[in-house]
Amino acid sequence: MRKFDEMVIELPYQFLSGGANIRDHYKIYDEWLSRQPGDMMAKRREEAEMIFRRVGITFAVYGEKDETGAGTERLIPFDLIPRIIPSQEWAAMERGLVQRVNALNRFIHDIYHDQDILRAGIVPREQIENNAQFRPEMVGVDVPHQIYSHISGIDIVRAPNDKGEGEYYVLEDNLRVPSGVSYMLEDRKMMMRLFPELFSAHRVAPVAHYPDLLLETLRASSPTTTDEPTVVVLTPGMYNSAYFEHAFLAQQMGVELVEGQDLFVKDNFVYMRTTRGPRRVDVIYRRVDDDFLDPTVFRPTSTLGCAGLIGAYRAGNVTICNAVGTGIADDKSIYPYVPKMIEFYLGEKPILNNVPTYMCRNPEDLAYTLAHLKDLVVKEVHGAGGYGMLVGPAATAQEVEDFRQALLANPGGYIAQPTLSLSSCPTFVESGIAPRHIDLRPYVLSGKTVQMVPGGLTRVALKEGSLVVNSSQGGGTKDTWILEN
Amino acid sequence: MLSRTADHLFWMSRYTERAENTARMLDVNYQTSLLPQSEGVAEVGWKGLLSISELTEAYTRRYGVVSARNVIDFMVRDESNPSSIISCLSAARENARAVRGALTTEVWETQNQTWLEVKRMVNSAEFEADPSQFFEWVKFRSHLSRGVTVGTMLMDEALHFMRMGTFLERADNTARLVDVKFHAVQSDFYGAANERDQEYDFYHWSAILRSVSAFEVYRKVYRDVIRPERVAELLVLKADMPRSLHASLREAVNNLALVTSNPESESLRRAGKLCADLQYGRIDEILATGLHAYLTQFLDRVNDLGAQISREFLVSAV
Repeated sequence: MRKFDEMVIELPYQFLSGGANIRDHYKIYDEWLSRQPGDMMAKRREEAEMIFRRVGITFAVYGEKDETGAGTERLIPFDLIPRIIPSQEWAAMERGLVQRVNALNRFIHDIYHDQDILRAGIVPREQIENNAQFRPEMVGVDVPHQIYSHISGIDIVRAPNDKGEGEYYVLEDNLRVPSGVSYMLEDRKMMMRLFPELFSAHRVAPVAHYPDLLLETLRASSPTTTDEPTVVVLTPGMYNSAYFEHAFLAQQMGVELVEGQDLFVKDNFVYMRTTRGPRRVDVIYRRVDDDFLDPTVFRPTSTLGCAGLIGAYRAGNVTICNAVGTGIADDKSIYPYVPKMIEFYLGEKPILNNVPTYMCRNPEDLAYTLAHLKDLVVKEVHGAGGYGMLVGPAATAQEVEDFRQALLANPGGYIAQPTLSLSSCPTFVESGIAPRHIDLRPYVLSGKTVQMVPGGLTRVALKEGSLVVNSSQGGGTKDTWILEN
Repeated sequence: MLSRTADHLFWMSRYTERAENTARMLDVNYQTSLLPQSEGVAEVGWKGLLSISELTEAYTRRYGVVSARNVIDFMVRDESNPSSIISCLSAARENARAVRGALTTEVWETQNQTWLEVKRMVNSAEFEADPSQFFEWVKFRSHLSRGVTVGTMLMDEALHFMRMGTFLERADNTARLVDVKFHAVQSDFYGAANERDQEYDFYHWSAILRSVSAFEVYRKVYRDVIRPERVAELLVLKADMPRSLHASLREAVNNLALVTSNPESESLRRAGKLCADLQYGRIDEILATGLHAYLTQFLDRVNDLGAQISREFLVSAV
């Protein structure tokens, strides 16, 4: 049985079944696809790969070398079939995202100031104070507009709810340095180049203004009141796997792409070294983790940051985006509390639901998890990137056993969730068009207001049956179409 | 602009120019080696080429005896040789990649495409069969890279640093070429004793001219048979010969003046002084004191100028 629940209405379904049960927003695409000659997709894919190589849209793979001994640059796997979302579904999702990100920013501010939510007993105090993501350096520090997570990548999946209808759930919040937005933009450019006729047949909401919104957001967070604050993008350098994206965003915004060595701090102000001497920096869009930002405060061996940066930051002379310490809100051990945060800070019901989550720190949740390991997805609370997780139904007996031992040794280090039957979308793979599981990462920008471009990055698990969409684990990307009415 | 960005741009252009000049020298040597001549003459040519690039020792360690095939391999596709064409084009592309945001899409894609293709070309059957076509390709990729740069980049600092890199590298490379080629015939500099040697001389001097695309230019400027002192004058002093030391230095000075507003700039002073020496120099004076000594000093001064530019703009201190 093939599953294409993004495209067709109900089970059991047959792909390309003549349109009878094709969901409305996929009808034009389905009809177009049925008219294409058999080798069209393979030809277009070849063309796309050639263009990606020439343009140099690649990511570096850690530790791998090619035959000449140079580090390898790989193309991000790009799928030719778009993921289509009707505008009314998007409108609801967008409201939910604004609400969620507002609450998360309120939460981070609260945690580093009055801690109302701890005193109200909604989030247990030890969940915060014993958390490695909690940064004591940030306690009492005021940041412009009380915005901490300027760029939030919220991972969303679609899965059947209790009533068996497809519903969007938040799987994960990424509030540190979410990446991938350049692929969203490049995928769209590529689709418009390969399939112009599809864009004239659909009203696809544009996304190309993302860098403008981003620049507006970053400028709005400047500590100074000057008209033209100096914004820079801080990259770990060209051997970082996401270097293409750093360079791309800096260029699209028309700002400097700096490395740690280009910056220095003098009298608590940050400067960059230019051909005409030092120039003041107001806003740093950093693509470097907290730990590497300032060797005098965090990891002393880091050469990726700049000595004195945190001092300048705490003095209010520079804004770091995202703020230091946002990890306290996107940690998997905090995730289960987000719906309650929304009610606590905003007095509203959550529009987007969480995936039901068992917190193994609670004895009854741990007992349930241990009894149902075969059916659950178990995640390390500090893990990311698809590492350190157990997908019960796909795991070997040995892997399940190993996780059982790990869970018993440190229950607080894990959460568990039911294995969702993630929605799947037709995808062009080696064997032809086949269903593959997908998720969606919209990029939510918080400046003077909260805004985003319609859609986001759709990631697809290219391995048959796999639920892991991360690019480091064999995931690919798709263009995401929000269809305007 | 960031000092580091300027540094990458400067070196991107230098490496591109170096790849082109290496291809030019290899091509001329290869063409000359196809002429009927003693093996000894051909070997002198290949040895000269290694010494131009100060690579004789590295080559001997790796390959031992000098042969056309080995020198071409060493100078084209040996990645252990930092001056080989493939190393230069990789370095140019790495520098471009480090600052791709400061480049126009066309400039970046030209660099990237050159790099993608060169890796394939140096291992292709076409290269084995006819290296000349490959050398031609390298030259034209360099022409394209310069053309795309001038034709698409905003005329600001980024462009000026790129141009500076191009012309400093060219001044260096032309000086080395002239030095080695004149050195090779130092013993009988003026006139050859017999007909056979005269013929050899013609091919020797015309090869130098061809390697800098100056054969037709020479005829046009001098309307005369090829005389060594005029070849030297054309390549060292002629202001309107695009690959001469004088023309290269003048362009370097012009671009330097555009990036600094400081009248006390030490880089500008040194570059200007060096350029003035060329502008007011005369070939008979240079030859009287010795061309080799002159060029050795010139190379030192260009090297020193590069270091000064680096200190002043590219790795600026706090």
